[in-house]
Amino acid sequence: MPKLKVDGIEVEVPQGATVLQACEAAGKEIPRFCYHERLSIAGNCRMCLVEVKPGPPKPQASCALPAADNQEVRTDSAMVKAAREGVMEFLLINHPLDCPICDQGGECDLQDQTMAYGRGATRYTENKRAVTEKYMGPIVKTVMTRCIQCTRCVRFAEEVAGVEEIGAIYRGENMQITSYLEKAVSSELSGNVVDLCPVGALTSKPYAFNARPWELKKTLGIDVMDAVGTNIRIDARGRQVLRVLPRVNEDVNEEWAHDKTRHHVDGLVRRRLDKPYIRRDGKLVAATWDEAFAAIAEVARTAGSSVAAIAGDMVDCETMFAAKKLVEGFGSSLLEGRQTGMAYDVTSLGAVAFNTTIAGVEEADAILLVGSNLRWEAPLINTRVRKAIKKGAKVFAIGPETDLTYKATWLGDDLSLLGKLPDAAADVFAAATKPMIVVGPGALKNGHGAALALAKSLNVVRDGWNGFNVVHTAAARMGALMLGYAQAGGIADIVGASPKLVFVLGADEVDFSAFANSFKVYVGHHGDKGAHHADVILPGATYAEKPGTYVNLEGRVQFSERAVFAPGDARDDWSILRALSDVIGRPLAFDDFGQLRAAMAAEVPALGREGLAGYDWNPPAIDASGEGPVTYPIADFYLTNAICRASPTMQRCSAELVHGEDFAEAAE
Amino acid sequence: MLADKDRIFTNVYGFQPWNVDAAMKRGDWDNTKALLELGQDTIIDRIKASGLRGRGGAGFPTGMKWSFMPKNPTPERPSFLVINADESEPGSCKDREIIRHDPHKLIEGALVAGFAMRARAAYIYIRGEYIREAEVLFAAIAEAYDKGFIGKNACGSGYDFDVFCHRGAGAYICGEETAMLESLEGKKGQPRLKPPFPAGAGLYGCPTTVNNVESIAVAPTILRRGPEWFSSFGRENNKGTKLFQISGHVEKPCVVEEAMSISFRELIEKHCGGIRGGWDNLLAVIPGGSSVPLVPAAEIMDAPMDFDGLKAVGSGLGTAAVIVMDKSTDIVRAISRISYFYKHESCGQCTPCREGTGWMWRVMERLRTGDADISEIDTLHQVTKQVEGHTICALGDAAAWPIQGLIRHFRPELERRILEKNGSGTAPMMEAAE
Repeated sequence: MPKLKVDGIEVEVPQGATVLQACEAAGKEIPRFCYHERLSIAGNCRMCLVEVKPGPPKPQASCALPAADNQEVRTDSAMVKAAREGVMEFLLINHPLDCPICDQGGECDLQDQTMAYGRGATRYTENKRAVTEKYMGPIVKTVMTRCIQCTRCVRFAEEVAGVEEIGAIYRGENMQITSYLEKAVSSELSGNVVDLCPVGALTSKPYAFNARPWELKKTLGIDVMDAVGTNIRIDARGRQVLRVLPRVNEDVNEEWAHDKTRHHVDGLVRRRLDKPYIRRDGKLVAATWDEAFAAIAEVARTAGSSVAAIAGDMVDCETMFAAKKLVEGFGSSLLEGRQTGMAYDVTSLGAVAFNTTIAGVEEADAILLVGSNLRWEAPLINTRVRKAIKKGAKVFAIGPETDLTYKATWLGDDLSLLGKLPDAAADVFAAATKPMIVVGPGALKNGHGAALALAKSLNVVRDGWNGFNVVHTAAARMGALMLGYAQAGGIADIVGASPKLVFVLGADEVDFSAFANSFKVYVGHHGDKGAHHADVILPGATYAEKPGTYVNLEGRVQFSERAVFAPGDARDDWSILRALSDVIGRPLAFDDFGQLRAAMAAEVPALGREGLAGYDWNPPAIDASGEGPVTYPIADFYLTNAICRASPTMQRCSAELVHGEDFAEAAE
Repeated sequence: MLADKDRIFTNVYGFQPWNVDAAMKRGDWDNTKALLELGQDTIIDRIKASGLRGRGGAGFPTGMKWSFMPKNPTPERPSFLVINADESEPGSCKDREIIRHDPHKLIEGALVAGFAMRARAAYIYIRGEYIREAEVLFAAIAEAYDKGFIGKNACGSGYDFDVFCHRGAGAYICGEETAMLESLEGKKGQPRLKPPFPAGAGLYGCPTTVNNVESIAVAPTILRRGPEWFSSFGRENNKGTKLFQISGHVEKPCVVEEAMSISFRELIEKHCGGIRGGWDNLLAVIPGGSSVPLVPAAEIMDAPMDFDGLKAVGSGLGTAAVIVMDKSTDIVRAISRISYFYKHESCGQCTPCREGTGWMWRVMERLRTGDADISEIDTLHQVTKQVEGHTICALGDAAAWPIQGLIRHFRPELERRILEKNGSGTAPMMEAAE
C-alpha cells in the first residue's frame, strides 16, 4: 500500500495503482484522452503529465507511472500547467475545430479540456492536416480529420471486442486510424467505440445530425434486446427515442452495450400498432377500443375456463402479472412464455439461472460452453469470458464451431459428450478451483438433465461458488418463470388444451398454425408475426414507453422507467388488460400501477426488490441422458425480435454483417 | 594518434575478406571457449573495469547494463540479447562498416555478451536499407554455425546460444530500443512506455538487453587484451577507442578508429586532411549525428571528442558521426532538412512529437527563406521546449535539439534573413480572402 503526497495531500493507494489513480484518490482532476480504466494503458496523449519527485526533472505521464512510497506529486505547478497547455496546443493544431457541425459537440472531451486546460489562442498559422474518412460499418461514422490518435478504439477492438480489425497505419503526423482494409468492423460491440472516442472522429451513424445532447431528456431504463438486462439511458426528444446509451453497472454490463441495444431505436417508431384492429372477413380492420373489447367479451362469455396467455420475449413482469390474474379469473392456469417450444424443468429456478453471476464469470478458471453461441446470445457475458481467459481460464465448448472471439477447445457438437467428457477437458475441470458450465438455449431442450448430472459429477457447485449456468435469450424469460408462465410440457401443453381464447402478449415467435381454432388477442406494439395472426389487436407500449420490472438471466430484478409515451391510441399493456377485465365482467384487483406492483410483490416478493432474487440451489432429479446434435437458436443476431426487425439500422447490419452484402457509400 | 597495433577493427576498410577464415587470421574466434570459461561475473566485471560506455549514443556503461539481467533465467522465461544494427541516424555509418567487413567480431561479441548476461539467443536487428550488409551478416552467421562457434554447445563451451538476424523495414524509430522490440515481435514499431525497462520485460515479455553493434563487437577484444589496455585510451569516464565517422566539408571524409578524447582539430588533421578551405572556413560541426545540437567553429576546434567534452560545449558525442560544415553551408537549410527528417520519421504515437515535428519543420522552412516574423523565432524555441522531455521516447528530444542549437548560435542569421525578406521584421498583415 504505497503512501504518497499529491499537492501536499497524503493518500494511500492499493499496490499496483498508478499515479493518476493516486491523484484521483486525492481529489485532483487529471485531464486525459488516451487513458481509460477498462483498457490497457497507452500513455500516448501526454495530457496527464504531472511533476513527480523523486524522478527526472521533466513531467511524467501519470497514467503509466506506478505509484510508489514517498513520491511527491504536483498537479498544480507551473511545469504541469505549461505541459498541459503545450499538449493541448499540439492536439488542436491539426484538429479542424468544426464543433458547430460535429455530433460530439456538447459531450466532447477535447472541447471540455480545451476550456479547462488550454491556452486562449493558437500560434499555429500553417495549413491543417486533412484525413479521408474510413469505412467502419453501418454503426460507426468516421470523420478522421478530427482524430487525435488516442487509440482507444484500437485497444477496445482488440482487448474487449476481440476483433483485431481496427488499427493505425502510417506514422508521424500521417498516422491514421482505420479498419482492416476499410471493411465494416465485424463486432457486435462496435458501437462502443463511439462512446470511447474522446473527440468527434467516431460518431454514431444512425444518430448523425439528429440532436444535441442538451436537447435530450434522459431516462434510466433496462434493455430488453437480450436477457443480460443491460442498464441503459434512453435519450428522447419530444415523443421520440433518439438514442440509447449504456449506464455503468459493474455487475451487469460494466459500461458497454452491444449494437442491438444501442441502435434498435429507429424500430421503435416503425411498424407500430397505434390503434385497435379486429379481424373481419379474414382481414384486420381498424376499430375503436369499445368495438375491440366487445369482440373479445363475446368470445370470453362462452370460453369458460378455456383461456390461455402466451408471453413474448420483451414483456415486463407487470404485464405478465396482469394477464396472469386475468386468466386466473377464468379459472385457468394455461400460461407459457417459452414460445419456440422449449420445455425444460423449472421446478427449481436455480437450475435454469445464471448462478455464477455475470461478474463472477471473470473469476472462473475452467469454462464449458454447452450449446451456447455466447457471442450472439449474450455478447456482454462473452466479454467477461474473454476477461477470464486473460486471467488464465481454459474454455471448452460443445456445439457447432463458431467464432467466439477467443480460442475455445471444441469438443464436438453432440450432447452425448456431456455423459463422457473427453479427458482433456475432464482433467482441466478436475484441477480447477472455480469451474463453470454454461448451458445455452441450443442444449437446454435435450441436454438440461445431462448438464445437471455433469455439474454434479464435476462438482461445479461448491462452497461459495455455483458454477452451473443457463443462458436465456429473452429479457422476459426469468420474470415469466417466476410468475409461473411455464407448463410442464411447454407450449405443447397449451396447444393440447386447445384454448378458445388466447392472450398473446407481444409473442411473435409462436407457431400460430397450432392455434388455428383459438380466438387470438394480440397485446403488443409491433405489426409483426403475432399481430398478423391475431383476431383482435390491442396496441400496447414498448419497453421505452412504460415503466416495468425485468429480471435478467442471473435473476437480477431491475426497474425501468418510462422515457416517452406510446404513439396514437396505444396504451400501457397492463392498463389495457385492466380495462378489458371490466368489460368482460371479471375486474382485476388493482386500479393503478402502484397497486399492481404491490400486488405482484405480495405474490412474488422477489419481484418487489431490486437486485438478485437469490434462487435456491435444489436441482430437480430429471432424466440425465442427453444426445443429439446442438443447433444454435439465433440465426441472425440483428433480427431477433419485433423491434429489431422493424429497424432499418438493424436490417442493414444484418444484410451487411451477417449476410455479407456490400453497401457502396457515396463519397462526401 | 592510435597505433595500428591498438586497433580493434583491423578490417574496417575491407582490405581483407570478411569471411570466417580471414577473420580467424585477424584473431577473431581465437579460443573463444577460454573467454567463456572466465565465467559470467568475471566477464561483466572486466567490461565494467574497461570503462566501456554504450556506443549507440546514450553512453550508458555497458557492463552495468549487462549486470541488470536476471541471474537465473528459466527455460519458460529466457533472457535475450538484442543487437541494434538499425543504424539510421543521419551521419552515422560505423555499424555498416563493421557488419560488411568484420561481421565475425559482432557475432563473437554476441556470443560473449549473450553468455555473460545468460541470454538464450541474440537477435540482430539490421536496418532494412542495408541489403548487402544483411547478405554478409546472414552468410557470416551461417559460417559461424557451420564451424560450431554458435548454436548448440557454442565453441565447445557447453553453452547453447543462437544468433538470429532480422531485417528491418526502414523506419528510423525502430532504432529506439523498445520500438525495436515491438518491431521484432511483428508489431508496429512504436516505443513502449518505461517502466518496465527491457531488462525486466523486453522481447516477448522476457528480460532483454539492447546493445549497439559497436558495443558488442569490441567486447571480445577487450576481454582478450584486458580492461587495462582498453581503459588506457581516453580521459577518465570516457575510456577506450571509438569509430569516428567524419562527413561533410573535410578534404577526405572517412570512418576511422581513434582513441576517445582526441581533440577535434587532431582528428580532422590526422585523418581527414583538414577542413575544406582551411580552418578559417569552418562554420559549425554537428559532432554526434543529426540529433545533437550543432557547435559553432570557435567552440569545437579544440574540444575533446568524448561524452563529457562535447557535453561541455552544449552538444553530445552521440554516435560520433561528425558532420562538418564550412561557410558555404546554408546552415538554416541544413537544420531545416534535419527537421524534415524527424517529421518524416516520427512514429506518431504520442502527441508532442507527432504534431510538434511537423510544426517545427514548417516554421523552419519559412525561416529558411525569411518568410516569417522575428517573434516566430521565440515561438519556435518555445515549441521545441514543449516537445522536449514530454514524449515517450527520445525522438522528440532529438527533433528539438538541432533547432535549439541553431537558435542558440545562429539567431542573427535567422533575423538577417527575415529582415532581408520583408524589411521591417514584422510580417505583412494577413488579409482574409473574399
